[in-house]
Order: sequence, then C-alpha cells, then structure tokens
Amino acid sequence: MKTKILMGLLAVVIAGLIAVPWIASYFYIFILTEILILGLFAASFNLIFGYTGMLSFGHAAFFGIGSYATALVLIHLEWPFLACLLVSMGASALLALVIGFLSVRLNEVYFAMLTLAFGMMVFAIAYQWRSVTNGSDGLAGFTLGSFGLGLDLTLGNPAVYYHVVLAIVAIAAVVLYLICRSSFGMILKAIRQNPERVSFAGLNVRTYRLVAFVIAGTFAGLAGGLIAPFLRVASPELLHWSMSAEPVLMAILGGTGYFLGPFVGSAVFVLLETWITSYTESWMLVLGIILAMMVIFFRKGLLGTALDWWTEVKK
Amino acid sequence: MILDVRNIQTFYGESQALQGVTLQLDEGETVCILGRNGAGKSTTLKSIMGLTPPRSGEVIFDGKPIHGLPAHKIARAGIGYVPEDRRIFPGLTVRENLDVAAYQRKGSAARWTVDGILDKYEMLGERADQDGATLSGGQQQMLAVARSLMIQPRLLLLDEPNEGLAPVIVQQIGELIDDLSKTTTILFTDQSVQFALKHARRAYILEKGQVVHEAPSDELRRDQATQDRFLSVA
Repeated sequence: MKTKILMGLLAVVIAGLIAVPWIASYFYIFILTEILILGLFAASFNLIFGYTGMLSFGHAAFFGIGSYATALVLIHLEWPFLACLLVSMGASALLALVIGFLSVRLNEVYFAMLTLAFGMMVFAIAYQWRSVTNGSDGLAGFTLGSFGLGLDLTLGNPAVYYHVVLAIVAIAAVVLYLICRSSFGMILKAIRQNPERVSFAGLNVRTYRLVAFVIAGTFAGLAGGLIAPFLRVASPELLHWSMSAEPVLMAILGGTGYFLGPFVGSAVFVLLETWITSYTESWMLVLGIILAMMVIFFRKGLLGTALDWWTEVKK
Repeated sequence: MILDVRNIQTFYGESQALQGVTLQLDEGETVCILGRNGAGKSTTLKSIMGLTPPRSGEVIFDGKPIHGLPAHKIARAGIGYVPEDRRIFPGLTVRENLDVAAYQRKGSAARWTVDGILDKYEMLGERADQDGATLSGGQQQMLAVARSLMIQPRLLLLDEPNEGLAPVIVQQIGELIDDLSKTTTILFTDQSVQFALKHARRAYILEKGQVVHEAPSDELRRDQATQDRFLSVA
C-alpha cells in the first residue's frame, strides 16, 4: 500500500517534470535542469557514501573531468552529444580507477583526505595546463551539434535540452537504482555495516570498494558532461574542492539512506540558493544553519524525515 | 591433520599476546580452547584467521601455509569464522545476511545453501524476510553461525559462542555445534568448562598466551586439580 502510493507520487512528479516546458518560464527550466544534473552528481556520490560508507571529498574531480571531456570533444572533434557523454564517462571512469586504486585501501579520515588531495591535484592540472584547458577561463565557445542516434533535436533550445537531461538522468538513475538493489549493492551495504565481517565471507572488500568508486565516478562524469553545455563553459570551479562538498551536503540534506534522497537534496539546495540569494549575499550562512539543524535534529534527511512523519500520521 | 598451528607469536603493538601457541586439529574433530580472560583465546582464533597476523610461527591449513594471507583469502581457503561480537548485518534481512556470504560460492556445488539453512533451522526460516537487527541475541548468534557456513568451511572457528546468552539459548547453540560437528571440523573458545567439555572431544588450556595443558575432554573433566589451577575464577 505504502509503496503503491509512493510509486504513484513518483509517477506524478515525473509527469510534472516532463510537462514543465509547456507550463513554466525559461527561468524554471534552467533551475530544474540544474537540479537534475546536480541530483545525478549527488546520487552517484551517495553510492559510495550512503551505501558503501566511504566519505569522499574529491568527487568533483570526476564531475569536472566529465565536463572538460565533453567540452574538448565538442571543440576539437565536433562529435554528436551522445558520443561526448560516452567520452566523459570513459574519462571519469579511468580517472576513478586510478584515484580509487590508490585510495580505497585506506579508511575513513585517511580515505577522505586522500580523495581531497587527488581532487586538488586534478584542479591544479586543469588550472595550469593552459594550452589544453585554457586555465582559469575554462573552455567556452563550443556549440552543440547533433544529438546522435539519428534524432533531430535542437539542443540549443533550453526546453529541448531540459528534456534531454531529464531523459538521460532518469535512465542513469534507474541504472544506479538497479545497481543498489542487486547482490552487489547488498554487499556494499554490508561493507558499510562492517567490512571485516564481509571479508570472513571470502569477499575482497577492497575490490568491491574500488568497483563502487569507479561506478560512482563514471556517473559523476556523465553529470559533468551534461553540465558543460548547460553552463556553456567547463571551468576549473567545477573541479574545485568546494564543488566536492556539494554532493556531500545534498546527500545529507535529502537523506543518505534513501535512493532518491540526493535528488531531493539537490532540489532543496538549488531552490534555496536561488531564493535566498535574491534577498541576501550570505546564502552560505543560511545553508550552514540549515545543515547544522539537519545533522542535529533530522539525521535521516528531509526525505527520511518526511517518510517517517508520514508513517506516523498513517498510524 | 587439517590445521597445524606451530609456535605462533602475536603482538598488539609492543605487547605480546601469544607467546608461541602450538595446536593441531584432525579432520572431523571438535576442539575447544579454554582459559581465563586475557589468556589469548580470541587472539589465537584471530591469528589463524589473519586478523592479527602472527609475527612469527606458522599456520598450516590443509597442508598449505596461510599465515600472512588477508582474511578474505583465508575464508576462501575454507575457514569459517564467527567473531566474538557475533553481530549480523543490520539493515539486511536474515536471507540477505546469508546471501552476502553465499555470493562468493555462487554456482558451485554446496553442502550448505541459503534455502537449505532456512529450511533446516526454523528459527531463521520463519524470520527470513525480517531485518537482522530485530532478532534476539541468540537468534543473531544462530544467524552468524549460519552465515559462516555459506562459504562451505572445512574448518569452523567460533569465538565464545555462548557469551552473554541465556541458558536455554546456550543449550541450542550446543545442539547446533553437535549437529555441525558431524560434518565439519570445529575449533571454539569458551570460558565455561562444563559446556566446552560436553561438546568438544579435546581441549587446550591457554594461560598468558601459551598452551599450558592439552587433554581429551573425558580426562580433563575428572582432573579437578588442573581445572582449579588454570580455569577457576577464584
């Protein structure tokens, strides 16, 4: 009964999201595009954080590499957009394999620090390798050509681009969800609870952590590939460590124990940012207060708290 | 001989927990390690399992040296281990707790299967889809032991399987050990002499990280002097 209502609710939300371009202005289309892309970024992060229990502070590296990969392919090769996204995923998967190989052997704070350090290294490279990355200005001036698969889409139109993002994020979310629900996802949950006990079952915990890390990096790269054409630039800010904090905040805000938590977190994050910055510059101060409240009083995040509250009401 | 532990010395930092422990198990035996708190019982099992690798000495399992291997490889070699805390994976159902451990052995012919266990042990079968965290202490212990069977162990290490459990549950754990000992080799630790001698065929007594006595259970049961010397709490 409960799941039926939730599935119904989800269907309504998705139908609403599809209908948005016909009922809302460009302003809201832009906001929703950003929410979806950052939601995917945060959901990819939550695979290693919420499910596997690894707090990475370098997730922006994969997001940023994804955005640079798409920008570079558009500038130099002018491939269809879908091919750009595949290159973004490949590049971030490769980077995640290298960083993950060196990081997953460490636990907790050491893992967090190492991923932070690697993230800063990638930032430094993007910032200083001017001939390829154009330094602090970033890569701009690229245009989207065709989509691929023979589809005739005007990607330059924000409404069309929004629909493309919605479709790709939805597919990616379903894939991520299936991964979380698989035996592999179950083992990740067990690793979060107690890695040692998992090794008693003859499973190599390090390998599982690495595979989760690479999957998370790959989907972050996909999100990065989607953000570059949206922002019309791939800049070092996307790789900065403060960008690595965003999925952490979004996942906690929405609820790390729920698959859709990071998407809810992303929506609240972007909406609050837009709303509060229209009144005051100190959006970070307000965000800080909200986060502190969440961590102290609502450990399960907004989605978790809402679901709990709803269960209570039903009783 | 399935397990041959030769003179292992294990350290926690600078402090030496095992001062050269030697013990052997033949295939099919059920053997117990007795000793007071801090004698090195748990450390012996952890050293065999690779959790606190011995600094010197050898652990030979089934003819092959396993000391120095990581825990997951030792598990794959065929040693099941149920740690003292005996905790299950909360947040996973009873069935999922077993599935996690059965993952590695998927497909191969297995003596113990998830469905087989759930059929055989009603206590678990009835709660297959319940969150493991909702089980009682005794049920969690049953589940932890059942989980260790999923890797099809040829040797089972149980660390203080009775600790903190009610007498009626202790009896059930004893029955489980008797049942499993028909088909596999078991090495367990305990503080209760009565329980250990009832269910094990042979016992080692540890004191200060060394084996100080070794005897068949029947003999040790009658040997009140040794019991008093090494095991009584007073």
